[in-house]
Amino acid sequence: MIRIALLGFGSVGRGIARAILAKDLNITVTGLADSRGGIIDAGGIDLLAALDRKGNGGPCGSPGVSPADVVAKADYDVLVEVTPTNVETAEPALGHIRGALRRRKHVVTSNKGPIALAYPELRALAEANGVLLNYEATVCGAIPLIHAIREGLAGNTISRLYGVFNGTCNYILTRMAEDSLTYEQALAEARELGYAEADPTYDVEGIDAAIKLVILANTVLDMQTTLDDVERTGITLLTPDALRLAEDQDCTIRLIGEIIPEAGVLRVSPRIVAKAHPLVVEGTLNAVTVETDLAGDLTFIGKGAGSTETASAVIGDLLYIHDRYVQGS
Amino acid sequence: MKLEMRDQPGQLVAALQPISAVGGNIIAVIHQRETSTAAEVLDVQIVLELPEGRLEKLLELLREQGVSVVRIGEERLLYECTLIVIGHLMHTDLSDTVDRIDRTGSAEVTELSLAMPAISSPSSARIIIRSTTRAEMKKAIRLLREVAEQKDLLIIEPLEDG
Repeated sequence: MIRIALLGFGSVGRGIARAILAKDLNITVTGLADSRGGIIDAGGIDLLAALDRKGNGGPCGSPGVSPADVVAKADYDVLVEVTPTNVETAEPALGHIRGALRRRKHVVTSNKGPIALAYPELRALAEANGVLLNYEATVCGAIPLIHAIREGLAGNTISRLYGVFNGTCNYILTRMAEDSLTYEQALAEARELGYAEADPTYDVEGIDAAIKLVILANTVLDMQTTLDDVERTGITLLTPDALRLAEDQDCTIRLIGEIIPEAGVLRVSPRIVAKAHPLVVEGTLNAVTVETDLAGDLTFIGKGAGSTETASAVIGDLLYIHDRYVQGS
Repeated sequence: MKLEMRDQPGQLVAALQPISAVGGNIIAVIHQRETSTAAEVLDVQIVLELPEGRLEKLLELLREQGVSVVRIGEERLLYECTLIVIGHLMHTDLSDTVDRIDRTGSAEVTELSLAMPAISSPSSARIIIRSTTRAEMKKAIRLLREVAEQKDLLIIEPLEDG
């Protein structure tokens, strides 16, 4: 059995709770908190009741219990940190992760902020305390890209890594190409379907994709980069004409994130791609090609966001830690 | 460019060495033993890239090595790249944008398809650039990027170069 403290009860947090309820994963939640309240219960929290409270618009726990209380006082093996990303300071998630690592607790997170901004420090802290810090869910949702590169492709040298890292942009570009929609029309449709935020800047200006590149560069490609190192162009200026001109040549336009480690290149920009290329995926899918010396080229395609899909990446990390590190199971 | 030579044993190696000596890049070596001739004679075709102005020097070195060049075929603009440009293309002097690439002498805009929507909205164009070498193509794209920055245009490059 693995005991977790869950911080964040939005889309991802609830996806994890529902998966734990639906499947026999041998995971018990002993601490739970979001920005409005929390619960600590060493015997195991009633997740169904917590989901109900949240579903009725209430807080998931009592207002007197803060996320910091859960981190510091709950009895758990792994802190699961799935609160929203803050790209400027990474807080409050960064402080909570530090707190758990200092308590010698493993950490699994889907939060890009702390990993993009403070990975070397957090990794050193985890190592010093003999625990793991896993973050598969920070890049491309359900696609197990970090595990594939770290374990499956261990020993390979990666010469280039590129792909579609943002489902919102991919949806907008797919719709612009399919039905000659303008950027504004496609964005409005994406909002209606819940694929785009009220303020879409983070997605459409390529910031989200750029953060994912920074995470990959710093954690699995031995680079030391920041968001400022990424050359970045978004999709807001694209026209239906441009997509048609690409279409005339059996090509289309996709927002591509690209890393060339040897040349120090990190780049997010709209690119012309042949329609037959494996990276040309439809809708909100993500797709990443990794070019390696031993394994050749590999392309991963899958859902880059979503409650259950992101929960899958978090649960994968949890069970990975459980199999190797958690005692008494 | 292509070199064709009638070859005696050992001449192939003798022909390849001067190419690298003048900074050339061998793209392909095709040789076929002729069944019609009894002698040990090879027909060799070499496809290579040469920096501008090095051809005379290469021919001189080949002659010194005793390699006879049968035929030289030159294809100047070997590399092709398709890009899409978005912005106020007419107001920012499209012919000047094209001219800046053409003036390099080693890269040219060989095709341009322009779509113009309503007045004052940004227009989109697909341009094909051809160049003598891969390096010249990179330079041409870099130059286009600089022009785009000055004129506030968006350049969409292909995922794969060349």
